[in-house]
Amino acid sequence: MNPSNYIVLSALLFGIGAMGVLVRRNAIVVFMSVELMLNASNLAFVAFARMHGNLDGQVVAFFVMVVAAAEVVVGLAIIVQIFRSRRSASIDEPNLLKY
Amino acid sequence: MIIDTPTNSGEAIVFWVCAVLSVLGAFGLITSRKAVHSALWMALTMISLAVLYIANAAPFLGMVQVIVYTGAVMMLFLFVIMVVGVDASDSLIETIKGQRWTAILLGLALILILVWGLGSSLAGIPAAGLELANREDGGNVPGIAHLIFTDYLVVFEVTSALLITAALGAMVLAHREHWKPKPTQEELSKARFLGTEHPGNRPNPGIYARHNAVDTPALLPDGSPTELSIPGPLRARGDVAPVDIKDVHAIEEADSL
Repeated sequence: MNPSNYIVLSALLFGIGAMGVLVRRNAIVVFMSVELMLNASNLAFVAFARMHGNLDGQVVAFFVMVVAAAEVVVGLAIIVQIFRSRRSASIDEPNLLKY
Repeated sequence: MIIDTPTNSGEAIVFWVCAVLSVLGAFGLITSRKAVHSALWMALTMISLAVLYIANAAPFLGMVQVIVYTGAVMMLFLFVIMVVGVDASDSLIETIKGQRWTAILLGLALILILVWGLGSSLAGIPAAGLELANREDGGNVPGIAHLIFTDYLVVFEVTSALLITAALGAMVLAHREHWKPKPTQEELSKARFLGTEHPGNRPNPGIYARHNAVDTPALLPDGSPTELSIPGPLRARGDVAPVDIKDVHAIEEADSL
């Protein structure tokens, strides 16, 4: 199996995730789409590691996972906090920072 | 350098099954109306990706994917959906005109460019394979450990600082301060009776209806069902039992006898 198949799949998933970020209005779903994009890039890292024959790509993918876990914790805490004060999980609502 | 076998039929089957499942999950994630369904589709994508990692000579990352993503991160998402509410579905009102269609168009263009560009430029390149790199340290996990604790040691240490910062940040953000003093009983009572809502109890589910199940709406004196009698989460999920108009007529006839 040629690793370019995995790269194409990861590009497809990345594009779908980007579409989700742009289209959806629910903050949690937008956040999950960002996670999907991170996972797609991880798949590309793993496939490139195999293509080049060294493990550096896998190590980078591992660090991406750690950073993504930290990001999820803080991001979801922010979403919960905004929901508490505005009673809404829509990303159109928090416009206080606009002015 | 060991070259991958050009056609490995077992891996091809795994790839095509998991590729279809992951793309299906991704589409389900962005098209589901309810956030809970999106999260479950997301879990499908994550598990398929874990299988693909393992098929890609990365068993350690596959396991980490299952434990960290489908285990911890998706649970966190589901908990937050529980806190924010099951009815937090998307509004369909566009704040920017034509944003949805522009976004879909641009997303498709991005997919097209990435797939076409990467696919055509990488198509003929043979893979070096990881057998040699894995054998060097006696396996995939020792190989990754060797890299993390030598070349990437500084990054690894910075990562631990990041995790502690994230944990503290989440604790600070989740901590709730009382901005106003707690309302007294007198204030609560005034708010209840001077407000716009009916101050009394709501009707119980099943009153004057044929069933007394919790999803059966109570019937008003004119026979029409009232959704006020159904608990909020059931209403949000759309789990309200339909009221048969024949039952209403039967009750009316029984009353008139």
